[in-house]
Amino acid sequence: MNFLKRTIPLIIAFVMGVLMAMQYYVPHKLSQDLLEVVSKWDRIIAGFAVFIGAYSLLHLHWTRIKRKVEGWGYSVFVYFGAIITLLFGFLNGGKFFWNDKQDGTMFDWLYYYVQVPAGATIFSILAFFIASAAYRTFRARTNESTVLLIAAIVVMLGRVPIGNYISPYVPAIADWIMAVPNLAAKRGILLGVSLGAIATSLKIIFGIERSYLGGGD
Amino acid sequence: MSSNRTFPVSFFTVKTFVVRKYFFVAAIILLSPCLLNTGIFAQLPSFLIPPTEFKAFDTPNDAGETISLTWSISPSDAPDVFYVVYIDKDKNGDFEKEAIRIKSNASYRTAAPEIYGHKKSNGNYHYVQIFPKKVFNGETIDKRRVYYFKLAMVAGNNKIVLDTIASARAHGNWLHLKKTNNFLIMMTLSAIILYFIVHARQNPNMFLRKISGLDAVDEALGRATEMGKPVLFVHGLTGMGSISTIAATNILGRIARKIADYDANLKVVNNDPIVMSVSQEVVKESYLEAGRPDAYSPDNVFLVASEQFPYVAAVGGIMTRERPAANFFVGYFYAEALILAETGASTGAIQIAGTDAYTQLPFFITTCDYTLIGEELYAASAYLSREPMLMGTLRAQDVGKGILIVILILGTILASFGLTFITHLFEAF
Repeated sequence: MNFLKRTIPLIIAFVMGVLMAMQYYVPHKLSQDLLEVVSKWDRIIAGFAVFIGAYSLLHLHWTRIKRKVEGWGYSVFVYFGAIITLLFGFLNGGKFFWNDKQDGTMFDWLYYYVQVPAGATIFSILAFFIASAAYRTFRARTNESTVLLIAAIVVMLGRVPIGNYISPYVPAIADWIMAVPNLAAKRGILLGVSLGAIATSLKIIFGIERSYLGGGD
Repeated sequence: MSSNRTFPVSFFTVKTFVVRKYFFVAAIILLSPCLLNTGIFAQLPSFLIPPTEFKAFDTPNDAGETISLTWSISPSDAPDVFYVVYIDKDKNGDFEKEAIRIKSNASYRTAAPEIYGHKKSNGNYHYVQIFPKKVFNGETIDKRRVYYFKLAMVAGNNKIVLDTIASARAHGNWLHLKKTNNFLIMMTLSAIILYFIVHARQNPNMFLRKISGLDAVDEALGRATEMGKPVLFVHGLTGMGSISTIAATNILGRIARKIADYDANLKVVNNDPIVMSVSQEVVKESYLEAGRPDAYSPDNVFLVASEQFPYVAAVGGIMTRERPAANFFVGYFYAEALILAETGASTGAIQIAGTDAYTQLPFFITTCDYTLIGEELYAASAYLSREPMLMGTLRAQDVGKGILIVILILGTILASFGLTFITHLFEAF
């Protein structure tokens, strides 16, 4: 059992890890075909995994409704939304699901007039959160936050016409902050991330890091 | 008032009109070279000077689907003069099939540094790539076929066809030679990492610099245990193919192990079914390791939504209703980062974030108590587990950074003296 649950996954991880790392350096058609096949497998697995995800979601909310836990009414809405969407998806504008997807059906209506605006609403909240987060951060309580406050004011002014009215140096300083210290920090982070990614990949390829394998009986 | 009214009349008086006419004629004569160049009043050249050195060759470092063509620039190159490349399978064919048509003031070798490097003379040659398969779309073509090309220069009705016939056969390459630098860097860094992994086994008491965000994990879990409230682990939006998500699941394993020891309640929210399945296995394994398999419930590792903003709404709802004592945001985040972290902050939870998404780092630093920045995300698993072999990778990362810093300083000094070869040495293709 340990061989099936540990050794074989480790061998697969090693072989595929080395193979796909080398694939990057081989431009030949066979190498491109291999990449395409592996990408297709990934998409197929992801397609089947949707059922596992849907089961998890529905099972969780069914348990919440059954046990009448706090906020179980929201779980009813999950079922309501899922059933309505599935129903209109199957109906497919009267052509049923075994035909090609029809345009302008209720299924599309639900997407364009319920899901998209609801998502946009959540996204729009971000503006308020940015304001509150900025307020907390820009209180000059330490030397670092004072530097941050000044840099932020200069960059913000440099990005709007009033900055140029105050002084033509303001946009120039803002550009310098973005192009020099900001970019340097960003590249520093990226270099560290790249090294970390290589280290993590090697740990997985050589089976040193195994926690992603999980366990079981 | 009267002067205002008379001005437009005087503007069109005969005398002024004559003066203005001469002025316009003079202006057109003076500006004509500029206007011709802009193409507004461009005249087609009456004769064309053909280019030279028309050559075809297999495009290096490719899958074997393209043929490269190059030729020198011509004095007749202009915006309304075109180069047309004709292709044929037979050397004595009619060359009627047009493979590509480009403006004669575009497509230079400078656009292909992976073939020609960064020579100054690259601007004196045109360069194009032809996909014979696309040109002969639908036709059965032998892979080993040689293709023949003719170059024509076209300006309006004027057309000259070069006598030179260039030929080449496309074949795939087994090695991308221009990625040699990348390969060598990867091999060097891998060798350093593997050396320190082996070395770490001999010297397990390795010094590690303090990472406050990871030291605070115990504090956060202890707080959750004391308060009897759950710990919420929030995955980022990327799937299992992302290295950030793999790092996040590794951290999840270590946190779950501690939570099992503390007998606290862990909830893991996911937006990807594969990540959810892996997370379930990881948490289950951690509970098994802690000797508390009974405490594990698969319902605590669940999918909330697969779309970005529904995910935010659902996780935000969980935070406000269940008010977890500690929130962990680990993985790759996008615009949802601030919404999640601000919602968590408003509930009074202790928050620890870890991400390599540098665009979201400022938001996490602002709203979370501790943030693992970039590489610390990858160091977390080793730091929390203290396993010697994993810790070896941390030392290797630091050594790698040291090497990169030396190269950066060296490159800066050389570039300051006009020596830019080190820049090209690290160029990515």
